Amino acid sequence: MNPVNYLYLAALLFTIGATGVLIRRNAIVVFMCVELMLNACNLALVAFSRMHGNLDGQIIAFFTMVVAAAEVVVGLAIIVSLFRSRHSASVDDASLMKL
Amino acid sequence: MTQFAAAATLSAGTSTGEAFQFWVLGTIAVLGALGTVFMKKTVHSALSLAGTMIILAVFYLANGAYFLGVVQIIVYTGAIMMLFLFVVMLVGVTAADSLKETIKGQRWLALLCGLGFGILLVAGIGNAALTEFDGLAQANAGGNVEGLAALIFTDYVFAFELTGALLITAAVGAMVLTHRERTERAKTQRELAEQRVREGKHLPPLPAPGVYARHNAVDIAGLLPDGTPSELTVNKTLRDRGQIRDVSAQALNDLKALERRAEDRLERTNSGSNGKNGEASK
Amino acid sequence: MENLIALLVAAPLLGAAVLLCGGRRLDAVGHWLGTALAAASFVIGVVLFADMAGKDAEHREIGQHLFSWIPVEGFQADVAFQLDQLSMTFVLLITGVGSLIHVYSIGYMEHDERRRRFFGYLNLFLAAMLLLVLADNYLLLYVGWEGVGLASYLLIGFWQHKPSAATAAKKAFLVNRVGDMGLSIAIMLMFTTFGTFAFGPVLESTGETSEGMLTAIGLMLLLAACGKSAQVPLQSWLGDAMEGPTPVSALIHAATMVTAGVYLIVRSGEIFNAAPDAQLAVTVVGAVTLLFGAIVGCAKDDIKKALAGSTMSQIGYMILAAGLGPIGYVFAIMHLVTHGFFKAGLFLGAGSVMHGMNDEVDMRKYGGLRKYMPVTFVTFGLGYLAIIGFPGLSGFFSKDKIIEAAFAKGGTEGWILGGVALLGAAITAFYMTRVMLMTFFGEERWQPAPDPDKAPSVEPGIEVHPGEMPHPHESPKVMTIPMIVLAVGSVFGGAFFSIGDRFIHWLEPVTDHAHGHPPISALAVTMSTVAVMVIGVGLAWLQYGRRPVPVVAPRGSLLTRAARRDLLQDDFNHVVLVRGGEHLTRSLVYVDHTLVDGVVNGTAATMGGLSGRLRRIQNGYARSYAVSMFGGAAILIAATLLMRAV
Repeated sequence: MNPVNYLYLAALLFTIGATGVLIRRNAIVVFMCVELMLNACNLALVAFSRMHGNLDGQIIAFFTMVVAAAEVVVGLAIIVSLFRSRHSASVDDASLMKL
Repeated sequence: MTQFAAAATLSAGTSTGEAFQFWVLGTIAVLGALGTVFMKKTVHSALSLAGTMIILAVFYLANGAYFLGVVQIIVYTGAIMMLFLFVVMLVGVTAADSLKETIKGQRWLALLCGLGFGILLVAGIGNAALTEFDGLAQANAGGNVEGLAALIFTDYVFAFELTGALLITAAVGAMVLTHRERTERAKTQRELAEQRVREGKHLPPLPAPGVYARHNAVDIAGLLPDGTPSELTVNKTLRDRGQIRDVSAQALNDLKALERRAEDRLERTNSGSNGKNGEASK
Repeated sequence: MENLIALLVAAPLLGAAVLLCGGRRLDAVGHWLGTALAAASFVIGVVLFADMAGKDAEHREIGQHLFSWIPVEGFQADVAFQLDQLSMTFVLLITGVGSLIHVYSIGYMEHDERRRRFFGYLNLFLAAMLLLVLADNYLLLYVGWEGVGLASYLLIGFWQHKPSAATAAKKAFLVNRVGDMGLSIAIMLMFTTFGTFAFGPVLESTGETSEGMLTAIGLMLLLAACGKSAQVPLQSWLGDAMEGPTPVSALIHAATMVTAGVYLIVRSGEIFNAAPDAQLAVTVVGAVTLLFGAIVGCAKDDIKKALAGSTMSQIGYMILAAGLGPIGYVFAIMHLVTHGFFKAGLFLGAGSVMHGMNDEVDMRKYGGLRKYMPVTFVTFGLGYLAIIGFPGLSGFFSKDKIIEAAFAKGGTEGWILGGVALLGAAITAFYMTRVMLMTFFGEERWQPAPDPDKAPSVEPGIEVHPGEMPHPHESPKVMTIPMIVLAVGSVFGGAFFSIGDRFIHWLEPVTDHAHGHPPISALAVTMSTVAVMVIGVGLAWLQYGRRPVPVVAPRGSLLTRAARRDLLQDDFNHVVLVRGGEHLTRSLVYVDHTLVDGVVNGTAATMGGLSGRLRRIQNGYARSYAVSMFGGAAILIAATLLMRAV
């Protein structure tokens, strides 16, 4: 098997995650789909690391994880406070930018 | 697992075992991803995602990223996903869980874009000359963790410091966002009652759900004097889930059954009357 | 002595300030105060003249530096006066005639409740006019130039309740403004060329400047002179300016202000000497105007407008003479002075006639007035003889010299200019005789006073009862004495100046003088001048003396009708300038509305419509935006792949 298949898998997961972001209304699910996209990227980075024979890809994936963790903390906090104030976890309800 | 890892470490190519593992676990991972997107309930989505993440951890290990694989399980699957579940628990079930699309054309556009994007990504990967894999044998020679550590604390030390700052900021930010400090005195019960009177809202306590001799359940809406069920009497969560049982016709049915039984007892049934007619005809 | 120069200007300026700011409590003494200050100015002028006459010709010029007006590096504007023989001549004329007219106005404006204000304006005019002729640089001259324009505007529109007077004032102001623009441009050109606008440095350095620049400056100065002196093509305001009180017409629009253009050209003589083209333009303007004014004067039945046409024509003579260069400057000024006497006298006479005739101005409704107004008749008659150039009277000397100088110009130009000047003399004799005959001779054609409601042009303050026949009477002494003085000046002025070439010697150091050599002898010129004068008088007598004058004007020939309409000057202005301006502005407005506004509004409408459509994309849903981002990312990837493939 060619290890490039990992990249195809990453692309597939990324696309599924992105589509999920677009079609789900529940902010938590949307957020999980974002995490799925990040993970897909990490998989690609790890595969690249193996491809190039050095560890830089893994380092980037590591940083991605750290940033994702920070992002999750803040994002979930936002969702919780949004839910508290609007009693809804729907991203469509937060459409104050509409005229 | 170490066997797969050893295989990856030793050669640039992949063993049959890794191929098998890829196809089986890869299929499950895709199914998990699809489940994340399409499961109706948030909890199910979260569990599907957790599954996909664990499989990804296995793939990390298979690709020689031992440290990342472990971190993926401990931090991602263990911590972050549990955080998600906590929030799901806090938020509860809402109308947003419905998979029904509310924005016109959004679903089709999203699917179209997703499909196009996926095809382009795949085409891009296929287009790139990615045949040679160096393998990580050399890079991982001194140990994967040690190799990462050497890089993080030399070349990427500034980025590393920055991520530290980022994490602290995120922690503080989460606290600021979720922490609610009361800026004014809490209203007393009398004040709340007066406010309700002022606003002309529902003054007495919410009505109790329907209580019957035979049915005594919180999922049954109480009936208003005209016989229509009042949704106010049922818990909001049940309302959101659509788990209200309608018993508005029950009373009439009971009445009918009572009448029938009475008639049966008094033998004034249809057959009785028929009998009468029969007698008359006799 | 030098310090007196400022007093010349200061006295009437003080009068103007006091009279205009003093309010009603000065009503009782205002006219006396104004007259006294004008007379004071005249006395100072006489003292200065005596002092000047006592020095030799070379040392007569004195100056006074009052203060630095705009002391800027590279731009030095001073308030400084220069009194030389030329300025002196003007000072005496202005203050002398001005004082006489102040005296006359005491009587003429007796019944006007705004008499104090009138005298304030007159004093303001005197101050501005003196500033004009005393300034030692063009910028200060410009101040005076604008000042007399302002005074003229105020005085023409003095009876501002009459729409015709208000309109005439505005017209005079606007037309003058065109000329003023010429003067300001000329000053700017001078500053860029010479770096200064003081008379001395500018006029001395004409030799080092290109002829083209001098021609430009000269033409701009000519434009200024045309505006102020009512020369073609800026002549149209003078006739209407007669809406002002008659003393104003006499002082400003006959004797002094309208001659400021002549002063400007003579003062700038060095510039014109070095720019023959500009000089030629000056002579042409003068020649055209002298015929124009004379023809208009022949057709007018309004006595003041006939005199206004005459004024225009006589100033045409002066401008013509000034355009002839050194052979004409002195005669231009000499004619200016004599004209100042006799034309002021004529206007005062006309005012006296109007005064006695219920302010009737139509000469066809006069007639036979010599018996009723003997003093007016005699003084007017002497002025008449002077203007037509009756031998021995002042007009004869000055006009004859101008005609002689015109012939002396030499060549074809000389013949043409001389011919025009002679023709003008004939026409002058004709129209002045016409005025004389229609006013003082013939049968009495008096008409009852018009109904003031129907003809609101009656001057206020004078009791006119509708339907009342006029009772011609001689004017009071306060009016007749100035007329007598002016008549004396008209009779003897010319002879006094000419005998022994006194005036030439007086002005020569300033204006330079060259003796012209006409192609025909001076005697022949004089003879022909007298001859054409006799012909003109004869023709007028044939038409107006022998036959009765109809009260209603006959239709007249095409030329007569055109001349009655001021030779269509207003129609010309209306068609060319007003209509042209209207069309220009209308098309500019159209362009503005369609093109400019169209582009602007079109842009706005396009943007509005586009945004209205684009707005629908902005539904506020984060997911919709995410779709577009995602689609955008897909397109970017596609583009990258395509680029790589290519």
